[in-house]
Amino acid sequence: MTDVALSLRNVDKAFGSLEIIRGVSLDIAKGERHAIIGPNGAGKTTLFNLISGRFRVSTGEILLNDVRIDQLPPHKINRMGLSRSFQITSIFHRLSVFENLRCALLWSMGYRYSFWTPLWLQRELTERTNAMLEELNLAPRRDTAAGLLSYADQRALEIGMTIAGGASVILLDEPTAGMSNTETDNAVELIRRVSKDKTLLMVEHDMKVVFDLADVITVLVYGQVIASGPPQAVRANPAVQEAYLGALDAA
Amino acid sequence: MSAGRFKQSWVWIAVLAIAVAAPWAFYNYHTGRQSGFVLSMLTQMGMMSILALSYNMLLGQAGLFSLCHATFFGIGGYATIHFLNLAGAGNLPLPMELIPLLSGLSGLGLAIVFGYMATKQRATAFAMITLGIGELMVTSALMFQHFFGGEGGVNTNRMIGRSLFGLTYAHGIQVYYLTLAWTLLAALAMFFLTMTPLGRMANASRDNFERVQFVGYDPRMVRFFQFALSGFFAGIGGGLYAITYEIVTFDALAAPLSANALLMAYIGGSSAFGGPILGAVLITLLQSGVSLMSNSWLVYVGVLFISMVIFAPGGIMGLVMAHGPILRAGQLGRLAVPYVRVLVPGILMVLGFVGLVELTSFLTIGAAQGKSLVLFGSKIDIHATLPWLVATVCLLGGGFWLRLEVRSFRRVWQGLMLDLMPQRSMA
Repeated sequence: MTDVALSLRNVDKAFGSLEIIRGVSLDIAKGERHAIIGPNGAGKTTLFNLISGRFRVSTGEILLNDVRIDQLPPHKINRMGLSRSFQITSIFHRLSVFENLRCALLWSMGYRYSFWTPLWLQRELTERTNAMLEELNLAPRRDTAAGLLSYADQRALEIGMTIAGGASVILLDEPTAGMSNTETDNAVELIRRVSKDKTLLMVEHDMKVVFDLADVITVLVYGQVIASGPPQAVRANPAVQEAYLGALDAA
Repeated sequence: MSAGRFKQSWVWIAVLAIAVAAPWAFYNYHTGRQSGFVLSMLTQMGMMSILALSYNMLLGQAGLFSLCHATFFGIGGYATIHFLNLAGAGNLPLPMELIPLLSGLSGLGLAIVFGYMATKQRATAFAMITLGIGELMVTSALMFQHFFGGEGGVNTNRMIGRSLFGLTYAHGIQVYYLTLAWTLLAALAMFFLTMTPLGRMANASRDNFERVQFVGYDPRMVRFFQFALSGFFAGIGGGLYAITYEIVTFDALAAPLSANALLMAYIGGSSAFGGPILGAVLITLLQSGVSLMSNSWLVYVGVLFISMVIFAPGGIMGLVMAHGPILRAGQLGRLAVPYVRVLVPGILMVLGFVGLVELTSFLTIGAAQGKSLVLFGSKIDIHATLPWLVATVCLLGGGFWLRLEVRSFRRVWQGLMLDLMPQRSMA
């Protein structure tokens, strides 16, 4: 066993002749809060899709807690303790907020495909779902259809569903995109709380959020890692400044 | 919420009470029996309710558009004929009351095989695979005569002489109560399923199959289990069909019955659990009742279906449930006058349409059958201009008038919704 939760080794991804990810190698330590930044089209979301099993890698290896996951389907990767959120909110829109969170808990609590267990009698499941509702400040919206929630509440639910199953590695894809300043502050607070003792990997455009949350920052440009390290080192890196952060320094 | 549940269960108890009592409302004191026509219609409603409910496990609950649901209904029917023949010959020591369980298992078995293929895909590809399965089964039914009996089908005698309650099932009334009991059991079991982990994940994969993967579930397995179980219940329905009619032909697994399952579930309302039952009752009524009065009853079912898809995608149950918040707010009275104002031109338009369809039908089919169109006891000359003119005016005039009224109805409705907004968000 090492201290590395997630490891990418020479990962390549091409769609036809279009290379999106080019030789990315990355180690993410257990308990680390790691942010991936980079200009639009750098391949950040593609990287997430590769790690979470939504896409297959072209070449290279991805290891979760030293076990290869790059050939596994998403649900198997999820069961091994890696969970992700989506940039475009991905929830069960006709189900209530409560049901959404309960669905996210079911597999991790061992219910599998049971068609003989009455859900309403599962006290621990209900209690844990209610606890999640409290944690996400969604208790007043318990019975609202998820599709009718406000945008910020949907984003909170998205994060809640990602962490509900108790995954040890959490991938958040632009969790604060499209939020107002207050909403962003709340979201950052929520992420800080729920990612405690977990490994967090996130894509984020809001530099304030990145420098607020991340222990390590990786900069991705045209599918290649151009820098990776603690925030201050990355900020001082001339290649990064040239490619991406120039505007931030001026401010 | 719990008060709402309580009220809902009273509706179901009332429906059950009506179903139990219904045959006695048509009791004939001269013959000392219930009306045979009513009994067979009620029995048909029971088995069609099972078919429609089990279809809705796919359509409404899992978002799967299957075109071969009758396959599992039919196989349950065919297998049951053979079970009854075995039992009649003394080779299957099972009471009549438990035979439908075997029918269900037959449906389950075949649904596991076909479900394994079909559930590899979802959406359009799934629909196409099921279309293929349905056609495959019809061909098989005509080819493999040992089991399916070819075009003539297979038949049996349901008086197998074994019963838990000492019943002979010689009378339709006993078959009806057997059907009712199994319909109740199957409906309760399917309702239970909606509140299990599988049932909930089926809803989840309907809403967003991709996210299901990222909470640890294989959406393909969710589809597979749901498909297999819906085949089980369809098989029970088919078993009751075999017991009732004592003959099963390939009609019981052919595409028109699959389409009927879809019609019933959709018209009744696929988003509410009870919707398909309502649809099954309505379609059976049309099938048995209106078909006696008119050759063109299928035209009416078709037009009803198209109108529902366009104007009320939630089905009849959806329409009823949309009034729930208005009823709770005690505002239903505000809709009374607008409803009358819409209904009058609506009825006029429907009458015009029916008139034209019937006139046309009597011009061709009716003439061939030597019938003549009788309305309010007087014969109508279908070759005269007046009836055609009246019907056309009703259709066009009613339609135009309805368009105007619908506008003002919509205003009233939207006003009501706005008024109710605060209360709804508080609930």
